[in-house]
Amino acid sequence: MSSPPQTPGWLEQRFPIMSVLRREYVAFPMPRNLNALWSFGAFLIVTMAFMIASGLFLAINYTPDITQAFASVEAIDRHIPSGWFLRSLHMGGVTMLFGCLYIHIGRSLWYGSYKAPRELLWLTGLGLMLMIMVTAFAGYVLPWGQMSYWGATVVLNAVRAVPLIGRPVSELLLGGENLGNIALHRLFVLHFTMAFAILGTIALHVAALHVVKSNNPSGIDPTSPGQTLPFHPYYTSRDGFALCLFLMVYAGLVFFLPSLLTLADNYVQANPLITPRDIRPEWYFAPFYAILRAVPSRLGGLTFAAGSLAVLFALPWLDRSTVRVATQRPLVRFSLPFAFASFVLLGIAGMQPPTETWLVVSRVAMAWWFIHFLLVIPLTSEREIPS
Amino acid sequence: MPQSDTPPFPDSTKRRDLLATGTLALGCAGACALAVPFLNSLKNTAITSLSDNTLEVDLSTLAPGQGMTVQWQDWPVFIQRRTPQMLAALQAPAHIATLRDADSKILQQPKDATNWHRSVRPDYGVLVGICTHLGCVPTFEKPGSAPEAKGGYFCPCHGSHFDAAGRVVQRAPAPYNLPVPPVTFLSDTKIRIGHSAGDPGFSMSDIQQI
Repeated sequence: MSSPPQTPGWLEQRFPIMSVLRREYVAFPMPRNLNALWSFGAFLIVTMAFMIASGLFLAINYTPDITQAFASVEAIDRHIPSGWFLRSLHMGGVTMLFGCLYIHIGRSLWYGSYKAPRELLWLTGLGLMLMIMVTAFAGYVLPWGQMSYWGATVVLNAVRAVPLIGRPVSELLLGGENLGNIALHRLFVLHFTMAFAILGTIALHVAALHVVKSNNPSGIDPTSPGQTLPFHPYYTSRDGFALCLFLMVYAGLVFFLPSLLTLADNYVQANPLITPRDIRPEWYFAPFYAILRAVPSRLGGLTFAAGSLAVLFALPWLDRSTVRVATQRPLVRFSLPFAFASFVLLGIAGMQPPTETWLVVSRVAMAWWFIHFLLVIPLTSEREIPS
Repeated sequence: MPQSDTPPFPDSTKRRDLLATGTLALGCAGACALAVPFLNSLKNTAITSLSDNTLEVDLSTLAPGQGMTVQWQDWPVFIQRRTPQMLAALQAPAHIATLRDADSKILQQPKDATNWHRSVRPDYGVLVGICTHLGCVPTFEKPGSAPEAKGGYFCPCHGSHFDAAGRVVQRAPAPYNLPVPPVTFLSDTKIRIGHSAGDPGFSMSDIQQI
């Protein structure tokens, strides 16, 4: 590491960007013992860059009008040079984004990255997740296929069912009583406006990270320079290698399995008179969809679906234990994997037809999710003996 | 992992520099390759479907001296039934001396319209009505009307003047004659725009400028 020059240069005096970059991205102290799960933040930023780039080029060829939206998306797939690639990159990117997001959050839960002093890092991260969910929903409506239309109808009616604010919010989105031209245009604008809002929030999230520094698998913050490594070249090369592996998976999805995660019904233009028989959410919304179905009450289902996320927001205050890592907490080490399994089970259940078996599975899984966060975590946080 | 200090850099870092430079270079090459499909998507898709687009026009309603405008390939196409006086004016040596490209040497028309009247038949003129200066649509002024007594096409944007055969005058800012589309006469009063029987290989994408 070369030391900065004695007399600051012309640029340095006016705008010290080079020394800031050196401090935050070259000499920045990172814990030595990070494992592969700490690369998922880098994956998320790269995927987000792909989403924004492909989204801009898709928007150039897209027409936000109910008579032309479906045809313009078909034209992107079949007629525009390389349009199929841009759309596949965008659709595959959603899956990579949510996959990495859920792993990134799961890692924070396991290693206690939400605890003091990283509460703001946790909250900005969860805020990003909510923003990405809204953006993904708005984006899914844009092709104006059958799934777009009926998915949006269900979600907007759910929003409308929220007491007090539901009706005004859904009217702001719809611009009328029905899902039509005005709504499509608004969702299009919402979709790309949110993309840039997400970009800004990522900047906040990363800035917060650079204040409190990275957590690590031991859950004990490094105290001496000997316990850290500079970000460059150690973690740049390591993240770079991990990114290569990640991009191989992403490219596999884009080039070899572009239709794996889409539903055939969305290649039929929206028809307000016929609901498709086999209506399913995208996999990344399936856990919340399963909760909506598992509760035999409309408002109850909405409350529990929202509550499943709200407990995450409250987590830094529900968990008062000073021990961060789950492996050192006998009860949490037992309970948290079941909470992860509950989330996966809810996701699987959400993709199945609502038979009695899957409803029971959904209810059990949902119950464990809430038991973990509202009973196990608060009750054990002061009683259990760290191992 | 041992809790030692940061490993010291080796004295010779040439091998590492080579790896870093190589990685950076390959990364940049990859980014450039990735940019190709993005830029590719901005290409004009209409060019590929240009050739098979034809339009049939019935000319039986046109009286001598009368004109009409039809739309072909998103372009305005002027069809003019010329009078003997107009044809005579096109051949006047004094008028020809004022033209930039009187003999239509520059490829702005099919072979069967590379003649003094720039059309398949002298009594019908067919021109793409887009000024070769900066792309405005000229208007036709009858012979005798102001400001040019001979009549012809005038561009409102920068004052370019073309004669009734679409030939540009020398003092106009426009560099080339108006383009002539490929035309086939199906009968005495019916034409097909988009295909030329006299020059079957002609394509609008080959001309100098539209």
